[in-house]
Amino acid sequence: MSTSTEQSTPSPGAGQADPFGPPGEPVEGRVYTATGQDWQDIADLQAERGDERIVVNMGPQHPSTHGVLRLILEMEGESVLEARCGIGYLHTGIEKNMEVRTWTQGVTFCTRMDYLTPLFQEVAYCLSVERLLGITEDVPEKATVMRVLLMELNRISSHLVAIATGGMEIGALTVMTIGFRDREMILDAFELITGLRMNHAFIRPGGVANDLPDNGIAKLRDTVAWLKKHLPEYAALCNENPIFKGRLGGVGHLDLSGCMALGITGPVLRSTGYGWDLRKQQPYCGYETYDFEVPTWDTADAYGRFRVRQEEMWQSLRIVEQCIDRLERMEGEPVMVADAKIAWPAQMSIGPDGMGNSNEHIKHIMSQSMEALIHHFKLVTEGFRVPPGQAYVPIESPKGELGAHLVSDGGTRPYRAHFRDPSFNNLQAVPIMCEGSMISDVVVAVASIDPVMGGVDR
Amino acid sequence: MSDRPDEKGLEREDAPASDTSLEPDTGSDDVAGPAPHQVQIRRGMFGAAGSGDTSGFGRLQRVVEMPQPTARPYGGWFDTVADEMAKVLPAGAVTAVVVHRGEITFTIDRHHLLAVARALRDTPTLRFEHCASVSGVHLPTQQGAELHVVYHLQSMTHNRRIRLEVTCPDADPHVPSVVSVYPAADWHERETWDMFGVQFDGHPALTRILMPDDWSGHPQRKDYPLGGIDIEYKGAVVAPPETRRSYT
Repeated sequence: MSTSTEQSTPSPGAGQADPFGPPGEPVEGRVYTATGQDWQDIADLQAERGDERIVVNMGPQHPSTHGVLRLILEMEGESVLEARCGIGYLHTGIEKNMEVRTWTQGVTFCTRMDYLTPLFQEVAYCLSVERLLGITEDVPEKATVMRVLLMELNRISSHLVAIATGGMEIGALTVMTIGFRDREMILDAFELITGLRMNHAFIRPGGVANDLPDNGIAKLRDTVAWLKKHLPEYAALCNENPIFKGRLGGVGHLDLSGCMALGITGPVLRSTGYGWDLRKQQPYCGYETYDFEVPTWDTADAYGRFRVRQEEMWQSLRIVEQCIDRLERMEGEPVMVADAKIAWPAQMSIGPDGMGNSNEHIKHIMSQSMEALIHHFKLVTEGFRVPPGQAYVPIESPKGELGAHLVSDGGTRPYRAHFRDPSFNNLQAVPIMCEGSMISDVVVAVASIDPVMGGVDR
Repeated sequence: MSDRPDEKGLEREDAPASDTSLEPDTGSDDVAGPAPHQVQIRRGMFGAAGSGDTSGFGRLQRVVEMPQPTARPYGGWFDTVADEMAKVLPAGAVTAVVVHRGEITFTIDRHHLLAVARALRDTPTLRFEHCASVSGVHLPTQQGAELHVVYHLQSMTHNRRIRLEVTCPDADPHVPSVVSVYPAADWHERETWDMFGVQFDGHPALTRILMPDDWSGHPQRKDYPLGGIDIEYKGAVVAPPETRRSYT
């Protein structure tokens, strides 16, 4: 694209003055204007047409498009006539890469897809592997509870980012700062449990990588107390805020039939009043044993989605509390399947050198049992085999239905791994939500879908 | 996937070139390649290739097969759905039914796909109104059906999920588009075209979606290299992942 070109200083007295200075101001130095190259032709062409129709490429490097989303907008003045999405700027070939790594290493890849909901990809993937292995029933109860706990905390942190960035894009910077502040508390809890703030690779086929640390329960109680104290701030700041309601109300409208046709799930679907939530409809990870509700709203607009997300955070907090209560009673229980042919051989803890280590395990394989060493080596380098077949496991991620479709050819690597990412599907609703509206509403509508390009492009 | 049936794998050079006694009997002469459920023949014990047979297990042969087609009863609501589908679908549309790991897969003749999708969506007793996902699988060993397209359908009305599988040969990679029935399939089909080269006839704008517009090739096909490069570190060379030893 051509950019502004440099104009040399016009000779004095030529009738040209600094276009940006007050009248009569002498020209000093160089004046930069967007002229030269073909700008004049474009301007002439536009003048001939006599309308204000232009095509605007919004993105892929624009702060309000949630990463590298490119919106191609055909505009008449400030009204959007046609809107199309351009994606693929963050395509990293994760699915292809997973085909040359073992089943366990696959977790490390899929956690990086939607980087705001890493634990959901991990759970969907692991549930799918476990279904192919036929060990769904053998996963220890404690591992399942820890998965639910982590997922629900992750749901809160993802919704916090959705609300925070959505607020920032309409100028509500306080919503952004408190959103990231509260998310930080959840990331601290993640760091304590999984060792990392994101890209955890903590949930593994057969269970989870590690037990809760000793201070885990206490820290989680602190996190819940913090969230209980601070979550009402979003309602106080936004719910009845006239600017907030004016910017979000009626924007990005998509009714139930539109959602059905476009396969939209998640808060966008629930904002139409249809309480479809896979945790209730097709329970996995024992969600049927938790006490929670599925919030809905009936306005089918960006404001409704904001309220649905807000209420879902409270429901997730309810589930988190129930998980903590259960985990308190499960101290010392296993967190990985008993089958040593699948379970990762070591429950590592952080040693004095700061590295993950398991002294007992190292002692066992290095000085006690040759068989154990062979077994460790085979499992870690070669991995376990998964019987041939295919499985599709859908779970309810914060953004909608996240499905992991895995195909095995009986080998130690996924033959094919495909993730049905909710953002990828939901972005198809951008044209119907935006066409006919103002460009300022495009920002709000896209934010209400809450797309994350890492998941969209994979 | 280094163990193709035509490779020697772990076999010793003086061993018989191939032992067909374990090959599955396809049962009919007009089937050109292996049976559709067969993926490959795995040789040896440990999966590793490229070294001599030091283990003595080199002549072992195992046929790797996808789950076999299932006979009735399928169990639970699977039979209800199959009965309703038999009522409304044209004869020969469903070529096989596989029930495996609690999921049901209907293999559909590609010529009937559009009619099947429409019937599945519009029949009140079926009502699969939600097309969650479309994706591809490339199985180069299945001659005449190298490319598979997999549709995951959900009925929110009845709370059911099924999977449709359509195959097409590499030489004629055409499958009818279901976008006219499920608008949600639009981007999913574009991604499948982009990654596998399956052409969805009737799609409104079948263009690349993840790769750049001027890209050549379809990256997730098995014959497309991952494209890693050697990494040198302190004099040692780490090979790219797809060329490291594979145990599959």
